[in-house]
Amino acid sequence: MLIKKPQDISSSEITEQAIYLDRRKFMTSSIGLTAAATLLSPHTSVAGYGGKTLKFTEDKIFDRKEELTSFDKISNYNNYYEFGTDKYSPAKNAQALTTDPWSVQIGGEVEKPGTLHLEDILKQNPLEERIYRLRCVERWSMVIPWIGFPLANLIKQAKPTSKAKYVQFETLERPSEMMGQKRNVLPWPYIEGLRMDEAMNPLTIIAVGLYGEVLPKQNGAPLRLVVPWKYGFKSIKSIVKITFAEKEPVSSWTKVAPNEYGFYSNVNPEVDHPRWSQRKERRIGDFLKRKTLSFNGYAEQVASLYTGMDLKKYF
Amino acid sequence: MMSKLIKPLIFLLCLVPLILLFRSFYLDELGANPFEVLTRSSGEWTLRFLLLTLAMTPLRQLTGSAWPLRLRRMFGLFVFFHVCVHLLTYLWLDHFFDWDEIVTDIIKRPYITFGMLAFTLLLPLALTSTKKMMKRLGKRWKSLHKLVYVIAILGVLHFILLVKADLREPIIYAFILLVLLLVRFKPALLHKIRYATQ
Repeated sequence: MLIKKPQDISSSEITEQAIYLDRRKFMTSSIGLTAAATLLSPHTSVAGYGGKTLKFTEDKIFDRKEELTSFDKISNYNNYYEFGTDKYSPAKNAQALTTDPWSVQIGGEVEKPGTLHLEDILKQNPLEERIYRLRCVERWSMVIPWIGFPLANLIKQAKPTSKAKYVQFETLERPSEMMGQKRNVLPWPYIEGLRMDEAMNPLTIIAVGLYGEVLPKQNGAPLRLVVPWKYGFKSIKSIVKITFAEKEPVSSWTKVAPNEYGFYSNVNPEVDHPRWSQRKERRIGDFLKRKTLSFNGYAEQVASLYTGMDLKKYF
Repeated sequence: MMSKLIKPLIFLLCLVPLILLFRSFYLDELGANPFEVLTRSSGEWTLRFLLLTLAMTPLRQLTGSAWPLRLRRMFGLFVFFHVCVHLLTYLWLDHFFDWDEIVTDIIKRPYITFGMLAFTLLLPLALTSTKKMMKRLGKRWKSLHKLVYVIAILGVLHFILLVKADLREPIIYAFILLVLLLVRFKPALLHKIRYATQ
């Protein structure tokens, strides 16, 4: 796989020393010390967060010496409305979810529809680490060492037909374990979608772990999508269904507020959310804000997917 | 003796939420995004004190006690205190005093427009809250301070418009405000409540 390291972002641009030093002032507790320890050795996957350890190849392409967000913060600050609408509840409420057994239904415009069991998916797809920035539409961001495999692998195995122009993903709907689904905050099940070329892009992965261990439930266990150049809500969690379609899928957030959440939802500092500007973001753990990068800093790898498209119209 | 202590005690009590908030902030107990919590909490306490202030007149009518009116100004000033903290977190932690961005925000985003308008309207009320100003303005003081109802409506609208999908919390505030407005402008309702509870 050929993914070039973008030349336009130097690491000093990503974490200015001033910002970095400033944030130290705000880290007074032991949590801060853990993050500092992680920083010193960003490559060693620190075991012992409580999850099952995974075998994977380390990320040598994407590490740009950006400071990783601590496991503690990644797993305690989640937008996962199935487990509550604030960012602190999912860490508690998601523990009720049964993730084993788990299977994913593949259907629609494919030659090989069927049901895939999680064990088989894991056997067939060698895992690799991907250190990605995650930019939430709410103007905060993290750097997460995911463990997963390219979605393209899964798609190739399903053999989509020529009619397959889009891929639609569906989260589990199980109100008995997903307490948030008892209220109609969003249309359940949660739906997201990608255009076929976006889904096939080598950056797009299915993640099954982070920090070397299986995904915490609040982060979308047992398997989720990660599309690093789009706002976080596109990276759908706890997937049970993947459908290939001719027509553009309508995502849950688009149904609720079509003027705020478009199908593409590429990270774009030039296109405002109707209620806030997207020019800046706060990296979790930082005090000062930083500039949001076009396509979340992955323009070199993905901008060509949108050549000739008016990204203000197709936001 | 007792009654002289009550007011300072309530004053101290009113300081507790913000003291606890900043204590948690200092101890790094506010989670992954402490700045968001500061803005959110100070905003919520602004609305809570605002509703509490509005409840004082009906409470006086309901109980006949003089206490609610003696505390009303203090609660009102706590609204102002909390909204100042709230506004400061927005200007500083959200925008780092980037005035171009702030002005764009005020013009383009209705929830910011409403919030700023509410703050602006609250300013003269805070400034004219002294006994001296009350005397100087006489009858006009009362009509000026009726602005508090407009401010409360703007404040709740500000909250409703900023949430993404889950309207439960702002709706609770809106409902309480509606009840308070009803008993304020339809005092007959209050009489009914009074007789029903007797």
